[in-house]
Amino acid sequence: MSAASTPSMHMAGGTDRLYARRRITNAVATSFAVATALAGLFFLGWILWTLVSRAVAGLDWQLFTGMTPPPMQEGGLLNAFFGSAVMCALAIAIGTPLGMAAGTWLSEYGHARKAAMVVRFVNDILLSAPSIVLGLFVYSLVVMGSGGRFSALAGAIALAFIVLPVVVRTTDEMLRLVPVQMREAALSLGVPQWKVTVQVLYRSAAGGIVTGILLALARISGETAPLLFTAFGNQYWNANLLEPMASVPVVIYQYAGSPYESWQQLAWAGAFVLTSFVLLCSLAARAIFLRKRISQ
Amino acid sequence: MDTRPHDHIVRSYDEERERLAGEILRMGAMAASQLEAALGAVDLRDGHAAARIAANDDAIDDLEREVSHNVMQLAMRGPLARDLREILAALRIASDIERVGDYAANVARRAATLAGSPPLPHTRTLNALGQLALSQFRAVLHAYQATDAEAAQRIRTRDADLDALYTGLFRELLTYMMEDARAITPCTHLLFMAKNLERIGDHATNIAENVWFLVHGEDSLPPREKRDGTSGPGGAPAPP
Amino acid sequence: MTGLPPGSPMNDSIALTMQHAPAATRRRNLAGEMPGKIVVDGLDFHYGGFHALKGIRLAIPERRVTALIGPSGCGKSTLLRVFNRIYALYPGLKARGRVLLDGEDILSPRYPINRLRSKVGMVFQKPVPFPMSVYENVAYAIRHHEKLPRSRLDERVEQALRQAALWDEVKDKLRHSALGLSGGQQQRLCIARAVALRPDVLLLDEPTSALDPVSTSRIEQLIDELRNQYTIVIVTHNMQQAARVSDYTAFMYLGELVEHGPTSVIFSKPSRRQTEDYITGRFG
Repeated sequence: MSAASTPSMHMAGGTDRLYARRRITNAVATSFAVATALAGLFFLGWILWTLVSRAVAGLDWQLFTGMTPPPMQEGGLLNAFFGSAVMCALAIAIGTPLGMAAGTWLSEYGHARKAAMVVRFVNDILLSAPSIVLGLFVYSLVVMGSGGRFSALAGAIALAFIVLPVVVRTTDEMLRLVPVQMREAALSLGVPQWKVTVQVLYRSAAGGIVTGILLALARISGETAPLLFTAFGNQYWNANLLEPMASVPVVIYQYAGSPYESWQQLAWAGAFVLTSFVLLCSLAARAIFLRKRISQ
Repeated sequence: MDTRPHDHIVRSYDEERERLAGEILRMGAMAASQLEAALGAVDLRDGHAAARIAANDDAIDDLEREVSHNVMQLAMRGPLARDLREILAALRIASDIERVGDYAANVARRAATLAGSPPLPHTRTLNALGQLALSQFRAVLHAYQATDAEAAQRIRTRDADLDALYTGLFRELLTYMMEDARAITPCTHLLFMAKNLERIGDHATNIAENVWFLVHGEDSLPPREKRDGTSGPGGAPAPP
Repeated sequence: MTGLPPGSPMNDSIALTMQHAPAATRRRNLAGEMPGKIVVDGLDFHYGGFHALKGIRLAIPERRVTALIGPSGCGKSTLLRVFNRIYALYPGLKARGRVLLDGEDILSPRYPINRLRSKVGMVFQKPVPFPMSVYENVAYAIRHHEKLPRSRLDERVEQALRQAALWDEVKDKLRHSALGLSGGQQQRLCIARAVALRPDVLLLDEPTSALDPVSTSRIEQLIDELRNQYTIVIVTHNMQQAARVSDYTAFMYLGELVEHGPTSVIFSKPSRRQTEDYITGRFG
């Protein structure tokens, strides 16, 4: 037995060294990963802390009831909140149906056809197009086309251009995730394709599509550049879609760079509210997705 | 259809099949040598050999239990078609061989008893009957080993000869008993032994039918004659 | 019929026993073929350039269970999916030849595809309940094809669930999501969904491969119960299941129909070497 154990002990020695080396490598890589994660979290924490600490002084009822004030006066951001809400809602209302229609076509009828590949490619480009370019496009089309009139409608259209590719992509992917057997099962009952799509497939993909819309909403609520050339901004209250309208990111842009204390305070407060809204949207999207996962 | 099958994808199945076939053949060889020894004991009037033969029958019974066990193992694999026919045939054939072993042991026991009485001329005919039964039995085991359904068919038809020989011996013994009352006891023993040998022939025929079943499934066999006239009219000669 | 020589005394007592045999045994002992509910007359099928089915000629008897067996890629699922033209969902799949359902060629473009699918129902390998309540799942197709008042619809849903042996388990959960059912229950729900339309033919594509043994047995019991009302065609790769469940079996290999006949014959003594090799696990 002892003669047999010598070569195996040699083997054991070699294996031990190998395992030791692997353990060290593992430890180094893990520490590196943890360190970078902590670094990222640190900066995120710093940003949030700065935001909260600067904004807290400006969080009062007046923020939600007063209009944007002239320099050196107190006020609120009501017209900006209203403007953002209206333009985002309108953008979603324009972008979602178009996006869902295109996404449905891609998934159900396009398959791997050449046309579908082209559409997906173009959509991906649009998805990562700089938002300022989209803003300029809408500026030349709508603003200049209507004789130089800035309007909330133009702003909403520009934002819709950002929503559209997101919804197209989300709808396409979520529909493609529905197992082909579900389509076959519904079709084999003699139900026509369009009914199957609307009644069965949409229901199945609903969670994912809504998540996509929420994420698009979170994104457009913070877009500044496109609104600069389209909705422009408005000091006063305005509920007319054909007139310039204020929005939170534009107000932040204007006030943060100004030398006025009250304006800067409003900018921080606005940034805080905006961040909270984005956080809420993301949490809602995550909640929907997780709830769908659990029920499956 | 070419009867030689391909190998199973699961090799252990083929190993178990071969083990089963081997056990059956071993059982058969044991029963055959039991029968041969029993016939020898009758011929040589050897009472001690008879006792040994009777004791050996246990080994055959043990093997039958082994075969049953192996068939159950194979059945758990859910065999179909030829595989299913194989295990069903194996089970029935093992049962037939076990009976052959029992009959051989019976013949041996009666040979021991017979050795105590004066010798009879009819033991020669009995021996001929026994040798025919033995050759049938060996032939059918061979047919099983070679899965030769045609050979099994032929063995089945030859059973008619065995029956004829038995009927003849039966009549001779009856006549002898009627002539000489002192011969009744030994003749009765001989009658039983002859019957046992005729039954061995029948079991050989059963095995032949099972070999046919193994190869051809439930397709029917061609009809055969039975020439055992002892239970029909004209079996017993009219009393004087 | 009994394998014993004619004239053998055993035959009489066996014949007597057979007269009183349960109906299932009598059905299984039918010899020869009956005129077919579905008659495949020279069917060829192509996936793009691949010739998947070659000149198939087969009659599916009415109100019997026919099993399609064969190794992977033999075309059994492809053949099944021709019967309700579900392949039309995918481009590049072409069927040529004739397939007659009650004498009408279902491959003809003039045969309305949705009418075909209301006469020929299908259950798939993976249970796929719709993301709706149990009730809605079953009522879905009925609602599309027929305009029924609520009470009649309730009756139809209950009937279908009873036929699928699922009613007792779900009658208190009709409004609950179908996704909350177990795998075996979901598959029975899919069967209920298919029989809700009262089709003539039921196509089962490996219906129990994704299920545990108890659920599998329940579904086999269900097939036994549905046997008299529907013409059933089942694709299975489980040989013993085909032997247990079907009256007729067709063995396919590499896109061709190799052998078909009564199940009792195919599984006890098939006439083709290939069939026996496949059934006994010697290849495939």
